[in-house]
Amino acid sequence: MKVPFPGEIDRRLLNERSVSGRIGLQLQEIDVPEQPFPDAGLLRSVEARLPEVSQPEVVRYFTTLSAMNFSIDTNFYPLGSCTMKYNPKVNEEMAFLPGMAGIHPNQPDETVQGALQLIWELQQDLGEITGLPAVCLGPLAGAQGEYSGLMIAQAYFQDQGDFNRTIALMPDSAHGTNPASAAMAGLEVVTVPSDSAGNVDVEALRGLVDQRTCVFMLTLPSTLGLFEPNILEITNIVHEVGGLVYADGANLNALLGIVKLGDLGFDIAHSNLHKTFSTPHGGGGPGAGPVLVSETLASYLPTPVVDRNGDTYRFAAPDKTVGRVNGFHGSFGVLVRAYAYIRAVGAEGMREVSENAIINANYIRTALAEEFGIAADRVCMHECVLSPQAQKAKGVSALDISKRLIDYGIHPPTMYFPLIVPEALMVEPTETETKDTLDRFIAVMRQINKEIDSDPDLLHDAPHDTPNTRLDEANAARHPYLRWQPDDDLTAVD
Amino acid sequence: MPTNISPYIPNTQDDRELMLAAIGVSCIDDLVLDIPEAHRFPKLDIRPALSEFDLTAEIGALASRNAALGEYACFLGAGAYRHYIPSVVKSVVARGEFLTSYTPYQPEVAQGTLQVGFEFQSMICEITGMEVANAGMYDGPTAFAEGALMACRITRRQTVAVLDTVEPRNAQILDAYARHQGIEIVVIGHGDDLPDDAACLMIQSPNQFGVIEDMEALADKAHASGALSVASINPTSLGMFRTPGECDVDIVTAEGQALGVPLSFGGPYVGLFACKDIHKRQMPGRIIGRTTDTKGRVGYVLTLQTREQHIRRERATSNICTSTALIGLLMTTYLAVIGRAGFKKVAELCYHKAHYAAIEIDKLPGYSVKTDGPFFHEFMVECPKPPAEINRALIDSKIIGGHDMSDRSNNGMLICVTEVNTRAEIDALVYALSEIGAVR
Amino acid sequence: MATPDDRRYSDEHEWALFDGSIVTVGVTQFATDSLGDVVYVDLPQVGAEVVQFEKFGEIESVKAVSDLFSPIGGTIIEVNSDLMTMSEKVNEDPYSVGWLIKVEASDAESQLGTLMDAAAYDALTAEE
Repeated sequence: MKVPFPGEIDRRLLNERSVSGRIGLQLQEIDVPEQPFPDAGLLRSVEARLPEVSQPEVVRYFTTLSAMNFSIDTNFYPLGSCTMKYNPKVNEEMAFLPGMAGIHPNQPDETVQGALQLIWELQQDLGEITGLPAVCLGPLAGAQGEYSGLMIAQAYFQDQGDFNRTIALMPDSAHGTNPASAAMAGLEVVTVPSDSAGNVDVEALRGLVDQRTCVFMLTLPSTLGLFEPNILEITNIVHEVGGLVYADGANLNALLGIVKLGDLGFDIAHSNLHKTFSTPHGGGGPGAGPVLVSETLASYLPTPVVDRNGDTYRFAAPDKTVGRVNGFHGSFGVLVRAYAYIRAVGAEGMREVSENAIINANYIRTALAEEFGIAADRVCMHECVLSPQAQKAKGVSALDISKRLIDYGIHPPTMYFPLIVPEALMVEPTETETKDTLDRFIAVMRQINKEIDSDPDLLHDAPHDTPNTRLDEANAARHPYLRWQPDDDLTAVD
Repeated sequence: MPTNISPYIPNTQDDRELMLAAIGVSCIDDLVLDIPEAHRFPKLDIRPALSEFDLTAEIGALASRNAALGEYACFLGAGAYRHYIPSVVKSVVARGEFLTSYTPYQPEVAQGTLQVGFEFQSMICEITGMEVANAGMYDGPTAFAEGALMACRITRRQTVAVLDTVEPRNAQILDAYARHQGIEIVVIGHGDDLPDDAACLMIQSPNQFGVIEDMEALADKAHASGALSVASINPTSLGMFRTPGECDVDIVTAEGQALGVPLSFGGPYVGLFACKDIHKRQMPGRIIGRTTDTKGRVGYVLTLQTREQHIRRERATSNICTSTALIGLLMTTYLAVIGRAGFKKVAELCYHKAHYAAIEIDKLPGYSVKTDGPFFHEFMVECPKPPAEINRALIDSKIIGGHDMSDRSNNGMLICVTEVNTRAEIDALVYALSEIGAVR
Repeated sequence: MATPDDRRYSDEHEWALFDGSIVTVGVTQFATDSLGDVVYVDLPQVGAEVVQFEKFGEIESVKAVSDLFSPIGGTIIEVNSDLMTMSEKVNEDPYSVGWLIKVEASDAESQLGTLMDAAAYDALTAEE
């Protein structure tokens, strides 16, 4: 993407532009009698070398930087498993209302009844949508929701005197946070293979579950964008040995109003509000990863949750809570946005979201499966995984294809995930894209495919016009340069 | 042509029909055949869709039932702080290119996010006096817990010593993270020795009572036992107070909210994490590094990624994935705007106003300021009545009082004064406290 | 480059060069080809014990981490500290400047017998 102004972009850091004496803000004068300072030994002896720039410079700097980003607001962004859907602007306005952005987390409950009501209603709505009615909106991201869910599972078993449940089973296609969260929770990770159709190998699962099974963690639809045709059998197999079934809700955008996780036998789930429920990704967060459970497990939820008593709302600690996973009550600003989204979309609108997400993904799959290879040759849900092995055989990798897409102003799909698919390119268009955009994406992909034969260097050297071409990541890892140093030479890296 | 229902979904009826035909099915039902029929298309018992007009009215009504701090004088701190947020900060974070982009895994199209992140890391190093910092974590308390886990990995010890002046909530969160890894938490007093197998000593400065700790002495104590020191600090205070870097602390964490982030009822916030360079490969979270591209130009990338979950999976340094990049942007913009001089001045304003307030409150009959050491902008007051009662009365005077600490200190209230508390507000607080204290 | 025939190999793509009971250990070209640019090597200290065929460290590229399994058992007497600042040496020449550790083998002769020669190693990699 060409940055929308000609000439070299000035990549100097703020400290490199600083001039002694410049200020960016006029602060208020002191209006109380000055107090004696503590002993010099308590004071810092070295100044923090923060920038000295004027306000217009700050604005120009950050605005210019922003122009170097691709984003949903500017580009088609079909990142599989991330659900890069439109982030409604009204949600931003709601989150910044003084009554929402300007309340302190330690204020007494009676002064924040509106906020507590919002949290309570969101608990209800998410519980209803997923069919897992007991909800804690505290976890600050999906990974924290996962960790909370795994703690809940263990607490449940230990409460019954069963200290033997030490294993977390998950498919080989699981997202990296699943085994990472399981390890953090002190569980042993055991992988269940997928069959040739890309589904959980049910017989293998049957052979792997036993009395040590704490949870089976499953993403539904899977990370290949496929719904498990044997889902009821799967949850049954786990329940039969007394284990619990956990849903990684990252792909919930395919299931809204289509099916409820609770109905399928799931006991615990987390949802990513920054995916399914339209809250902005912000360049890497903030998110929110609520944990949702069946009534049986409600008393183990992390603290706090919001309870309602008549017209009054208050924070409460579940009786056997697994504890507190974060400083306050969760990412409230994110919760406001998700709440606004759900209220705007409404009951029937939910199903419309998923239906269109599914249609859009299948439209792309149908158009590109033959030319690029598809990980699973059947109907997908809200995302599809291409596997361009024929292209790889010609010396062009999924990475090369991805980088070439950038030259056409399209953000690459998710690359090399799931790990079980060679040269994986996971495409998730979402429901907020027009058919025109999808048609253009298809046309561009076909064009790129032709370029592989006519001029493969176009791909190998891509992207061409971005502020940086391919960056030397090996060097960045070998010789880490992680902060501004004075007397920086902008061209030297060591 | 009937209009669509949702403005967020462009597909018209015609679009759908064309696409279904291209896919080779006649209706949406044919695309969900794998879903057990008995459970397909459940009715969702949530409210119907709202127009934007009605939506803003409903949420506006909820907002109006909250006592927003713009209408009240606020003296509440205890982990989240009210500071002035410059307009530039809000306008920068509204840029759609920052707001609606993803984690910068494709660096060529994310140099905005990456360069901001590099600035963020650099500024944290400057503020804390530490050698390296990561690109942010969920919040202060979880960063603190991650610091303990990191110390255990480095020292290969399984006990964490926590000073008893650390906010108990932070210890609770640490417990939630530590208990499943066989890590034991031991709370000790200032005079106690560290357990032999302590991986680290966890300290907080200012501590839960607002008092500045002697970080250097505590770090020395930890090192004498072969343990690391992990300090949770208040970033605003470092505009004047001695940095953990100067005190030879090994791992530093903080809540970054005070630096340009709205209070927003507790989140989203940003956890700061910094450490000595030798430990950088054990740091959790994302790290951004500088490098060059094929044309030799400077650029930034996520680096040292082999620590993270998407590569190391169950052996990752942490399970953290989505973090708090946008909040990091708020903080970076704030520090750029207030700048070198402003960072000092904000701290000094807080200090002077808080100390003025403390002197005036201490004069009041029935009230007694209880600090057993130097403080920054929070201090403990022993009140003549339960703080909950006092706070209820203060609300009537449009004042939000300090944090109720009576569970650990007799009628204790932690009062916080920042640069946004005018003298008039402070004097009004003092007056209101004296009135309330006088009432039987 | 051709697989040097002056040393032995394990099926974890490590080589062991014997000089009496002093054994130098490294990874093979096959290993570095599949890893890509090596960015970091995590090795134990001098004096540490290694057990034959057990993990003794890790080797990292930008996007992957692999365990290092020792082809030999004994005590580490030297570690290639150049790799701390110049991990690219492993890619440059994994058989000479890219060596990892030197071990005083506990039982050099019998351990040598458990490893394969260059020809057998080539046959193994031809299959993979």
